Amino acid sequence: MSAAPEHAPTMARANLAERIAPWLPMLLVPLVMLTGLILIPSGSSWLTLTVSGLAMGMMIFIMASGMTLVFGLMDVINFGHGVFISVGAFVGVSVLLMLAGMTAAPSLFLNLLAMLLAIIAAALATGALGWAFERVIVKPVYGAHLKQILVTMGGLIVVEQLIIVLWGPEEIYILRPEALKGAVTFAGAALEKYRLVAVAVGLALFLTMRFVLRRTKIGLIVRAGVENGEMVEALGYRLRLVFIGVFVAGSALAGLGGVMWGLYQEVITAHMGQQMMILIFIVVIIGGLGSVEGCFIGALLVGLLQNYVAFLEPKAALISNIGLMVAILMWRPQGMIPVVKAK
Amino acid sequence: MLMKLLSGDAPRSRVLTVILMAILFCLAFAPFLFPGVRSVDTAARICVFILLVASYDLILGYGGIVSFAHTMFFGMGAYGVALACTHMERGFGALIVGASGGAILAALIAFLIGLFSLRVRAIFFAMITLAVASAVAVLVSQLSGLTGGEDGLTYKIPRELTPAFRFGKETFGGEILGVKTNGRLLAYYVVFTGALVLFLLLLRIVNSPFGRVLQAIRENDFRAEAVGYRVISYRTAATCISAAVAALAGALYAIWLRYVGPDTALSFEIMVDILLMVVIGGMGTMYGAVIGATLFVVAQNYLQGLMGAASSAVEGVPILPDLLSADRWLLWLGLLFILSVYFFPTGVVGRLRDGK
Repeated sequence: MSAAPEHAPTMARANLAERIAPWLPMLLVPLVMLTGLILIPSGSSWLTLTVSGLAMGMMIFIMASGMTLVFGLMDVINFGHGVFISVGAFVGVSVLLMLAGMTAAPSLFLNLLAMLLAIIAAALATGALGWAFERVIVKPVYGAHLKQILVTMGGLIVVEQLIIVLWGPEEIYILRPEALKGAVTFAGAALEKYRLVAVAVGLALFLTMRFVLRRTKIGLIVRAGVENGEMVEALGYRLRLVFIGVFVAGSALAGLGGVMWGLYQEVITAHMGQQMMILIFIVVIIGGLGSVEGCFIGALLVGLLQNYVAFLEPKAALISNIGLMVAILMWRPQGMIPVVKAK
Repeated sequence: MLMKLLSGDAPRSRVLTVILMAILFCLAFAPFLFPGVRSVDTAARICVFILLVASYDLILGYGGIVSFAHTMFFGMGAYGVALACTHMERGFGALIVGASGGAILAALIAFLIGLFSLRVRAIFFAMITLAVASAVAVLVSQLSGLTGGEDGLTYKIPRELTPAFRFGKETFGGEILGVKTNGRLLAYYVVFTGALVLFLLLLRIVNSPFGRVLQAIRENDFRAEAVGYRVISYRTAATCISAAVAALAGALYAIWLRYVGPDTALSFEIMVDILLMVVIGGMGTMYGAVIGATLFVVAQNYLQGLMGAASSAVEGVPILPDLLSADRWLLWLGLLFILSVYFFPTGVVGRLRDGK
């Protein structure tokens, strides 16, 4: 009989690289900002670009967060998520056009009230649509990825065409509310007011979402469900209901994001959701499927990088996102903060 | 002999056999059976799309992987031929260089995408292909100096394949069965033969041991890996082959049209069409591609007119004319698509085989 191997535990402190590793994804955002600061010649244009990058990232995050949670929770991949963005934008913009009196008034309060009403209408409409989408289109194909992709893609096409039937094929132009037009000057940089509002809304939503997920019981169930659904069900929670709730909330968020994005671009088309889906996919993949934090970081990275690259080398802007995705997947094949284990 | 050509994969249904024979016969003699520019054009389109859909079925039906970049590969072949014909001397050399260049590039890009996505999980592939394909589509329309942008490229193919070239005047008076023997006829047969040969090659591939392993992976990738097959290598190889064949289909299409542009070779709508053809015809069987593509292209050519007529018939009723107008063609396709995935997952071929 051989002797037991020698056991010599060491209590050495983990070295710097090891301690930093879990925080690396979070450090990426300031890192990208810093690189931008070095590469972009003037400080004021850097500030402008950074704010617009953050605004864009926040809006992408709002739209993408629902999708990543839906995937994490039920292993459902919704290629039709983009259509909620379009529907949200059309409903919201219609409401804003109806409230033209309020948006044209130079009062910030009335403007924000009109926007709030538009956002609520859009969120309600897309939430309801999300519920119907889940019932009719997604439910029959649980557990079959291939069919999910095909069927939700079909759903996207159908709803997109219905938008064209209802609102007509032309793009709709929309002006931002009066008080949100123009820019404020800060340290020599022109910062569009609307972008600042977008950053504020996005940040507020992210913090709320984090609070709900981290500090409330329903959040606990959702997080546990992402981690191990069967166990949660075995403990007596009806994950199906939770899932429908998350699906509806995710759709409503996408609709909200759609309104904000529509006002940001000042034009909406039926295909805008489908175009956004590409950025959303990139964000969801690099963030790690199922992770809200990863999605947030990914969205900020995409937004910042897109703005910096568009400034430095306009033609490369499109490739930059793909390049970012490739780089991150090479570094962490599961995405930055993987939650769901590869199946 | 015949079974050998079909790689031992018989249609396995009497009705299906008859339909396939009829389609083959019609396509083989299309210029003589249906003279007229438009119908020959439809026949050539059917040939190209049968090949394109069959190559897509190799990854979707046999490999169980969803890709949204198939039009991108198709476009690579088409633009390959277009660019080669624009920049090289007019002749068959340019066609060969363009087609093979496009096919190699397509396979290479499929390999790279597969490398990044397939090793993690198969659904990444769907998302990443969608992102890459749309980036490429935008890039093509922006790099107008090289690709002609939104206008596309018109170019000269070898003179022997153009209507101006006449042959056989001495032997049979320049006409066979009342059809002028010009280069257009030759071009049709180039497309037809190319599509047929590549289709038989695909049939050979899916019925080889390689194809069997792919099917095993589709049914249960975990078990296939456990038995000792490298799932990733097989899936990547399948996507590469499929991309190369799609590019060759694009090259044939470019030879036929003598024009490429984003609408004919790269648009997302073609991707939707391909998905629909695969699903309607039947996933996981090459014959499904034949049925799906033929049905779809014929319907697309003649049904849109019908929808327009229906739309004007219900004029005055609210919304209905809008729903039925020919521009809303995609709406009904989408509905049809969802319904066929639910209720008809094996497609026409599956139904015919079950009901023999």
